[in-house]
Amino acid sequence: MLADDLRGMYYIALKDLKAYYFKPPNISWGILFPFAFILAFAIRDPGDVRSLVPGLLALTVLFSTSSMETIVIVFERRIGSLERLLLAPLRLPAMLAGKLLGGMTFGLTVTLVVLVVALAIFGASGTNWLVLAMALLLSATAFSAMGALVSVAVKEVFEAQTLANFFRFPMMFLGGIFVPVESLPPMLQILARLLPLTYSVEAFRVALSGGSWSTAALDLGVLAAFSVVLFMLAVRTMARRIE
Amino acid sequence: MTEAIQVAGLTKVFTVAKDHPPLRAVDGIDFTVREGEVFGFLGPNGAGKTSTIRMLTGLSHPTAGTARLLGLDLDKDLPRIKKRIGVVPEASNLYDELTAFDNLIFAMQLYGVPRAERQPRADALLERFRLGEKCDAPFAKLSRGMKRALTIAAALAHRPPLIFLDEPTTGLDVMSARNLRQMIAGLRDEGVTVFLTTHYLEEAERLCDRVAIIVKGRIVALDTVAGLRSGAQQKTLVEITLEGADGQPERKRVECDDGVESAVQRLLSENNGRHVLAVDTLRPSLEDVFVQLTGLNAEVMLSEKGGKGGGSVGG
Repeated sequence: MLADDLRGMYYIALKDLKAYYFKPPNISWGILFPFAFILAFAIRDPGDVRSLVPGLLALTVLFSTSSMETIVIVFERRIGSLERLLLAPLRLPAMLAGKLLGGMTFGLTVTLVVLVVALAIFGASGTNWLVLAMALLLSATAFSAMGALVSVAVKEVFEAQTLANFFRFPMMFLGGIFVPVESLPPMLQILARLLPLTYSVEAFRVALSGGSWSTAALDLGVLAAFSVVLFMLAVRTMARRIE
Repeated sequence: MTEAIQVAGLTKVFTVAKDHPPLRAVDGIDFTVREGEVFGFLGPNGAGKTSTIRMLTGLSHPTAGTARLLGLDLDKDLPRIKKRIGVVPEASNLYDELTAFDNLIFAMQLYGVPRAERQPRADALLERFRLGEKCDAPFAKLSRGMKRALTIAAALAHRPPLIFLDEPTTGLDVMSARNLRQMIAGLRDEGVTVFLTTHYLEEAERLCDRVAIIVKGRIVALDTVAGLRSGAQQKTLVEITLEGADGQPERKRVECDDGVESAVQRLLSENNGRHVLAVDTLRPSLEDVFVQLTGLNAEVMLSEKGGKGGGSVGG
C-alpha cells in the first residue's frame, strides 16, 4: 500500500511537471514577476538592494509554487482527468501529495535559479546553508499546500486564481518583503504574523543576512505547521467532494 | 463460472437541498456479473447507471448495501480492487498535453506495471487500437474516435480482468463506433469481464451476454437478451412479402399464436395464388422489451444523449 502511494506520488508529480509546469509561460511568470517587483523597489531606493534578496526568494517560491498548483487540480477536475487519479490504486493523501510534489519541484527549481543569480551578484559569504535549505524546502511545501487547498476548494479555474490572489497579494505587502513587519501598525503586525510568507521572508533573512537560531527555528517550525495544516485541510476538502 | 461482481442492496441517496427530499439515485439493487461475460446495464438518463458505476469503482460511497468485485469486498479492499479494474468514463479523459504513447505509459506507471513491460505494452495497445501512427500525437490533437479508443487502451494498460465502459460509443461516427464494438467483442474473447452501459439498444443486443435494465434506481429486468425477448409480451410475428398488383412488393403480418409454420400456412391460404417474394419471422427486439419495461421510446433515449452519432450499429 505504501509502495503504491509512493510510486503514485512520484509519477503524478512527474506527469504534472511534464504536462503543465515546465512550459515557457510558467517559467517566465515564476521568475519575472518577483524580479519586476524587486526591481521597482530597487530603483526607488537603490541603497541596499541586497536586503531585498530574502524577499525576492520568498516571493519567487510563493509565486512559482502556487501559480500553477492553484489551477492544476481544478483544471483536471473540470476536464475529468482528475478522476483517473482517484481511480488509481493510491490513497487520497498520496494523490494530493503527488500534486504538491510537482508544485514544490517546479518552485524549487525556479527559486534555485534566482538564488544562484543573487549569490553570484552579492556573494555567498555568511550564508547559513542549512537554514537556507530548510527555508526553501518548507516555504515550497507551505505555499504548494496553500495552492492545493485553493484548487480543491473552488469549482472554476478563474475562481482559483481570484482566491489565490486574495491570499497572495496581502501577504506580499504585509510579509516583510518591502516594509519590515516591525514598522507596520500593531494591528497589521498581528495580521502579518498569521501569514506564512512572513516566516518565509524571515527565515531567508536569517539564512542570508544572519540572525539567531531561535528565530530561524521558530520560522521553520511555523512554516512546517502551515504545511501540515494546509495539506490536511486540502485532503479533508477533497474527501468531502467524494460523496 | 464465478462472479466478477456481486451486488446486494446497493443504494445511493443524494441530499439535494434542505427543503427537498433526498434523491434515491440507486435504490437497493441486486445483481451479479459472471466472470468473462459482457454485462449490459441499460436505462434512460438519470436511471442510476453512472451512480452505480461510480460506487463500484470507488468514486463515490454507497449509502447502503454491499458489493464484491473479483472476490474482494468493496468497502474493505478498495485499493486492491482498484489495481484490478479498468474504468472508461463517459467522457474521454486522458491528458491533452501528453502524447498517445505518454498517456499509456503514465497509466502503466500509476498501476505499477514493471518498467521493462511498459514500452512493448504501449506499442502493442497502440497497434491493437489502430493508433500506431498517432503514437507521438498529443491527446488533444486526436479525433473523437481515436480519443475514445486511446481511453479504452489506457484502461486496459495494466491488464485488468474487469473493465467498466460507460457509454463507450456515444458521439462517435459510425465507423469509429463499429471499430470500438469489435474491440469490445475482442475483450470478451480474451476473458475480460466487461460491465457496459449504453443507450444503444442494438449495441447491447449485439455485444452483451446478459442485460440489466435499470429504471429510477431499480433493476426492472435482468436476463440474457434472448430471455428478455421471450419474456416480452409481444408475440413473434410472421411477415410475408407478396408481389402486389402493380408489381411492387406488399407486406402482410400475422401473429404466431400457434407456431410459425401454421402462421405461414394461414398467410399463404389467405393470399392464394399470389407470388410470394419472401417470408420472415419478426421477433421482439431488445428495444421492444425496453419500451415495454420502461414506458420510454428508445428514440427519446437517443435524443437525450445528444444525437445518434454512433447509433447505427454496423458490425
